[in-house]
Amino acid sequence: MNTIEVDNLTKKFGDLVAVDGISFNVEQGEIFGLLGPNGAGKTTLIRMMTTLTPPTSGTARIDGHDIRNDADGVRQVLGVIPQAFTSDPELTAEENMLIHAKLYGVPSAEREPLIRGLLESVDLLKFRDALVRTFSGGMRRRLEIARGLVHSPRILFLDEPTTGLDPVSRTNVWELIRALRSKSELTILLTTHYMDEADKLCDRIAIVDHGKLAVLDTPTRLKDSIPGTDTVDAEFENAPPGWIDELRHLAHAANVTQSAESSHISSNDGPATVAALMDLARARKVTVKKVSVQSTTLDDVFLHYTGTELRDATNKGATYDVSHLHR
Amino acid sequence: MKFYRISALIERDMRKFFRSPALMMASMIFPLVQLIVLGYAFGGKIKGATLAMVDQDHSTESLRVREMFNGISAGPQTFRVVEYDSQARAIDDLRAGFVRGVVEIPHDFSRRYYQHDRPRIAFTEDNTDQVLSSALLERVQQIVEAVNAPAVQPRLDSQVQLDTIEVYPYIEYAKYLLAGSTAMAIFIVAMIGGGITFIDDKSRGLHEGYLLTPIHKTELVMGLIGAGAIKGLMAGLALTLIGGLIVGIPGLFNPVRLFYLCVVVLIASFAMISFMFLAMVRVDDPLVPRAIFGVLNTLLFFPSGAISPVEGFPKWLRWLSVIDPFTYTVHALRNLTIKNTGIEGIYMDVIVLSCISAVMIAGSIALFKRQL
Repeated sequence: MNTIEVDNLTKKFGDLVAVDGISFNVEQGEIFGLLGPNGAGKTTLIRMMTTLTPPTSGTARIDGHDIRNDADGVRQVLGVIPQAFTSDPELTAEENMLIHAKLYGVPSAEREPLIRGLLESVDLLKFRDALVRTFSGGMRRRLEIARGLVHSPRILFLDEPTTGLDPVSRTNVWELIRALRSKSELTILLTTHYMDEADKLCDRIAIVDHGKLAVLDTPTRLKDSIPGTDTVDAEFENAPPGWIDELRHLAHAANVTQSAESSHISSNDGPATVAALMDLARARKVTVKKVSVQSTTLDDVFLHYTGTELRDATNKGATYDVSHLHR
Repeated sequence: MKFYRISALIERDMRKFFRSPALMMASMIFPLVQLIVLGYAFGGKIKGATLAMVDQDHSTESLRVREMFNGISAGPQTFRVVEYDSQARAIDDLRAGFVRGVVEIPHDFSRRYYQHDRPRIAFTEDNTDQVLSSALLERVQQIVEAVNAPAVQPRLDSQVQLDTIEVYPYIEYAKYLLAGSTAMAIFIVAMIGGGITFIDDKSRGLHEGYLLTPIHKTELVMGLIGAGAIKGLMAGLALTLIGGLIVGIPGLFNPVRLFYLCVVVLIASFAMISFMFLAMVRVDDPLVPRAIFGVLNTLLFFPSGAISPVEGFPKWLRWLSVIDPFTYTVHALRNLTIKNTGIEGIYMDVIVLSCISAVMIAGSIALFKRQL
C-alpha cells in the first residue's frame, strides 16, 4: 500500500526549474531516501510535500490527503524535521515538546507520559529541563526528531537529518531512525547527500539531480545495475592523448569515466584490473599518482546515472564566484 | 479556529517572557527615565532667571517699581534683579546671554506719572526661549498691574473681573506625562515583541516549525498578537503604577480605577501590537524593525499629545494624531490618571482602539503568508 504518491511534481522559481516533474511512490513502513547533491531540488521537493511551498504543477498524496486540496489533513499525519533547527532555543526540551503537543491537540492526560517516553527514546530525558540553547547539534537534532513524533504521525520526513553533525552524533541519529522503523509501522522519507547514510538506512533510494529523478531502486539493485563489481580509482601524470581509450581495454574493465582529476574504471575483477593498469602505465611511461580499488558504492551509481560524482556535485553546489575579487 | 492552538503560542511566549526579564526591563526603563527626566525638566515653574534693571529716573516712584521687582526676587523667585547703570550694557549682556530680560525705567517716568501722561516702563525680552520669556513677561505684567492699581479702591467698581476656577488641583508636568510614558512602554513591548522578536524568530527558522503543524494562519496571528498584548498589559500597568507612585497620583490602587486602567492598557496593547504586526507581517530582514524603531516612535509618540496638546499642532499633524493609536491611549490614560474619570472618560477611546485593533488584525491575517 502506497503511503506517499508523488505525481509529476514540478516547482519553478521564475526561469529556474527546481523540481522537474518528479513522480514516485513510497510504501507504508518503508524508509525511502532522496539522494542528491546540494541544490538538486530535494528540499524543495520535501517542502512541497509538506505543504510549505505550493507546487507549480503536479501533486502528491500523503496518506491519502492531497497536498493541494487538503493541506491540513497532510499536516496532521506528517512529522517533519526540517534541515534547519526549528526548536526554540529559549525553551527547555520538555517545553518545546509540550508546545508542539498542544499545537497538535494531544489530550492533556496523554502529554506527560508521551513526552517522557519520547525524550527517553532519544536519550534526552535527563536534559528535559535544560534550555535547548545549551544543546549540541546532535542533541538538538534528536530532540527535533522526538518533537516530530509527538502527535504519533504515520509518516516522518527528515530533511538532511545528519548535516552538520559530528560522526558520533550521525551514528546516534542513524540508530534512532532504525529504532523508529523497527518499533512501528512509521514510513520515513529522508533526504541526504551522504551516500553511506542512504546506503545503510534506506530500503529504496531515488537519486535526484538538477531537479529530476535519475533512478530509483533498492541500494543493492542500484549497485548491481551498473557495470562491474569493483571500482578502480586512479590518478595519472603525463597521460598521453587517448589514454582513457587505452584504459577501456584493460583486463576485466567494463567502463571508464573521467572526473576532475580521477579516472574511474568499473571492473569485474578489481585486483586484476589494477595489475594490468600498472603494466600499461609502466609500458607507456605514465606516472600513477594514486590508485585504489573498492566495491561499487552509491557514488559509482550516482556517477553512472548523472555523469558526475556526488561529492563533486556537492562541492559544486558550494562554489562561489570570486572572480571579481581578483581584479 | 481552535483556541488550544492560540493558547499554545501564548504559553510559549509567556514562558520565554518570564524566563528572561530583558523585555520587561527594556520596556520599562526608557519610559520611566523619560517620565522622571522629561517630566521634571519640562513644565516646572521658572525660577532664578537674571533680569537687568536700568533705573534712569531715580525717583520715589521708580524706587516703588524697583521694590516690586525685588519683591518677586524675594518671593516667587521667578527672577533675580541685577542693577545696571547703562541700558546699552544691559542689552549687550542680554544678547550675550548673561541676562534674560532688561527692565528700563526711563528718566521721565516720575514726571509723566505725576502729570498723568502715560508713564512707561520698557521690558526687553530674550525671545529665543519662548517658555522663559512668557514666564518673565507674565510676572512683569503683574507688577505693572500692581503699580496701576489705585491706592484706594472705589466703593462701587464697574470693572469686569474674571474669576478663574480650576477644576483640578495643580497638575505637575510629570503627572501630565505619565499617560504618554505608559503608552511608550506598551509601544516598546510591541516593537520588541511584535516586531523584532517576530522577525528574528522567522529568520532563525522557528516559524517553519509552526508552519509544519496544522495551525491555521488566523490562529498563528491571534496567538502571537495575544501573547504580545498580555506582555503589553503587564508592562503598561507596571509603568502606570510605578510611575504613578513616583509622580504622586493619588488613589491609583482604587479597584474600579485599576479595572478601567487594565481595560485601557489591554486594548491599547492589542492596538499597538497588531499595528506593529501588520507593519512587519511581510518583512524578513531582521534589520528592518531595528532601523524603523526611531521613525515609528517619533511618528506615533509626538503627534499623540503625549507631551503637548494636540490643539497646538498644525493641521497635517492633527490628522496624523487622528489615525495614531497613541492618541486614544494617551487620552484615556490621562483621563484615568489625572482626572480620575469613570467609564464616560474612556469609552470612546476604547471603542476607537478596538476598531483599530480589529482592522489591523484583519489586515495581518490577510497578509500573513502560511507558506514559505
